[in-house]
Amino acid sequence: MNVANIQVSETPLVLYALRRADDALILGHRLSEWCGHAPMLEEDMALSNIALDLLGQARELYSYAAKVEGKDNDEDRFAYLRDVRQYRNLLLVEQPNGDFAQTLVRQFFYSTLADLYWRAMTASSDATLAAIAAKSEKESAYHLRHASEWIIRLGDGTVESHARAQAAIDHLWAFTGEMFAVDEGERALIHADIAIDPGSLRGRWLTTLSGVISEATLELPQTDWMQQGGRSGRHSEHLGHLLSELQSMQRTFPGQTW
Amino acid sequence: MPQSARSVGLHKQQSRENAMATPNTPLWEVFIRSRNGLAHKHVGSLHASDATMALQAARDIYTRRGEGLSIWVVPSTAITASDPADKGMMFEPAESKIYRHPTFYEVPDEVGHM
Amino acid sequence: MYTQALNTAEADDRGLEDAAKAVQFQARIDGEERIEPNDWMPAAYRKTLTRQISQHAHSEIVGMLPEGNWITRAPTLRRKAALLAKVQDECGHGLYLYAAAETLGTSREELVDAMLAGKAKYSSIFNYPTLTWADIGTIGWLVDGAAIMNQIPLCRCSYGPYARAMIRVCKEESFHQRQGYEIMLTLCRGSDEQKAMAQDALNRWWWPVLMMFGPPDATSQHSDTSTKWKIKRFSNDELRQKFVDATVPQAQYLGLTIPDPGMIQDADGHWRYSEIDWTEFKQVLAGNGPCNRDRLAARRKAHDEGGWVREAAAAYAAKRAQRRTAQAAE
Repeated sequence: MNVANIQVSETPLVLYALRRADDALILGHRLSEWCGHAPMLEEDMALSNIALDLLGQARELYSYAAKVEGKDNDEDRFAYLRDVRQYRNLLLVEQPNGDFAQTLVRQFFYSTLADLYWRAMTASSDATLAAIAAKSEKESAYHLRHASEWIIRLGDGTVESHARAQAAIDHLWAFTGEMFAVDEGERALIHADIAIDPGSLRGRWLTTLSGVISEATLELPQTDWMQQGGRSGRHSEHLGHLLSELQSMQRTFPGQTW
Repeated sequence: MPQSARSVGLHKQQSRENAMATPNTPLWEVFIRSRNGLAHKHVGSLHASDATMALQAARDIYTRRGEGLSIWVVPSTAITASDPADKGMMFEPAESKIYRHPTFYEVPDEVGHM
Repeated sequence: MYTQALNTAEADDRGLEDAAKAVQFQARIDGEERIEPNDWMPAAYRKTLTRQISQHAHSEIVGMLPEGNWITRAPTLRRKAALLAKVQDECGHGLYLYAAAETLGTSREELVDAMLAGKAKYSSIFNYPTLTWADIGTIGWLVDGAAIMNQIPLCRCSYGPYARAMIRVCKEESFHQRQGYEIMLTLCRGSDEQKAMAQDALNRWWWPVLMMFGPPDATSQHSDTSTKWKIKRFSNDELRQKFVDATVPQAQYLGLTIPDPGMIQDADGHWRYSEIDWTEFKQVLAGNGPCNRDRLAARRKAHDEGGWVREAAAAYAAKRAQRRTAQAAE
């Protein structure tokens, strides 16, 4: 029995799938932390639904990564037996839930791109990724609508909710730049029409974002400085704690069937 | 006399005198049209601050198992219901009109299905 | 899903009611008619049901906490999705039940406030901690199993909105017990360590689960009115026996030992269990269970920290309505 981290052969396509799978798993995990603690029962239901969608996306992407890699890894080995340096998710999704505003702003930033991204990915020349995109696109569209409605209500609600929403935007903004970064390996996938360039969606992302933000009487920060590192495993301190919880069973009782 | 469909509409304001009490969020009735093409059917209720949120919540609460293809949400206070005390005059007169039903008429078996 | 232990009926203030209406009401119940929100009903019927349905709702919501405790630690992604979906279902069930209780004239907010103030009860089973993953299996298998025993008869409860809510709950809950049993089966087919984990969980949950059915019939004072009103159709002991008879073979299949050395099967095939320690039940009910304070604190925290969110939504709705009125006036 072995509690060691798995080794992953990170070819560009494996890495591509793992990055998106990690995004979905970590964000879904964060949302699942709300279950039983949301501001109203209706939101317990909504946030759990979104978490389940993301968990489903993660599982499909992990399974595809495993298939492409062609070793004996699977969804659970990817999720439970890689350490913080092997995780490839965006810094944005690992940020703690904070208050409801912070959770919803994080979701809003992510879903605004996910919606555009998965819709574009339905045209991928990779049939599996195109199929995953077709499913994820519909889910993301709803996540975006849900988050947008809340951003508008928090921003244009009370003085307190406005201040909390603005604080969340100011805090999380620096994590959005990373969503558009592309490395060499991914660039090759883009050239092969397997992946699409998230940078090409930045304009539309900003338009959608700005529309909602201004309806919410909120403002986007003026700063251009952005955090980077999640895609190559340089994470914030938060991820390690998340993983130690997520992986505790597999690490404590290695190699067993659950 | 017609009534609010739910007595909660009548009672809740009166029972909310305590200043520390949580303010009420409006109640909505949810109707869903299922996949099989039948009419929208009442499935339950929920609380939401406005119609948009009510529709979203209805989707998240009442269609988790693929129950429907269309949702209506209606403020509970907007529903006017018949008074149970009027049951006799409202519904019994229809019971004697048996000629409205196909079984009232005799058609010989030889004619076949009609 | 968990209400039986809390049932208490109000049988007092009926003298004030119109006697003829009361007779008519009872005749409708006896004729298996459903009572609907706007129908005349005795004040005690309304009060009993409001209490029972809201306690049932509180139990669903508090019941999210012990299982929710393991959502972030579920050992596989498949288990994680199933557990999250299950806990979310419980939230939905609480929500349906609050709505049913509201038809009797008390708002959800008022019912929740009473629970948070410690004035309303919820099922004591949720005042026990979930210590290992096997507890999640055991809760699904036994706690949900016991709940189903209670809930199926409630689908025929005389009060329409409650019965309809229970039909929906029972339909959705059909997977809960199965997912719990599957977890147990996997553990029992696993390593010695896993099997010990399963046995340990059964040892801790068995007696509290039997207590979920409520005090023995001999000492239960309130069942008569509830039975007469067809809110309750089986006695505590009847349901408890039915549960034990169904569960013993399931435990045997798992290879687990029910922690009751005195248990025997009688000539009729019923499994006779030993005396239940009701002092523990009373202690937990009185607020002295291992997790009573934690559960209430968690619910209060969620409620308090959500206050500004609910206010924001209400404020926005008011603004929007105002803007619409202003637009219409232009």
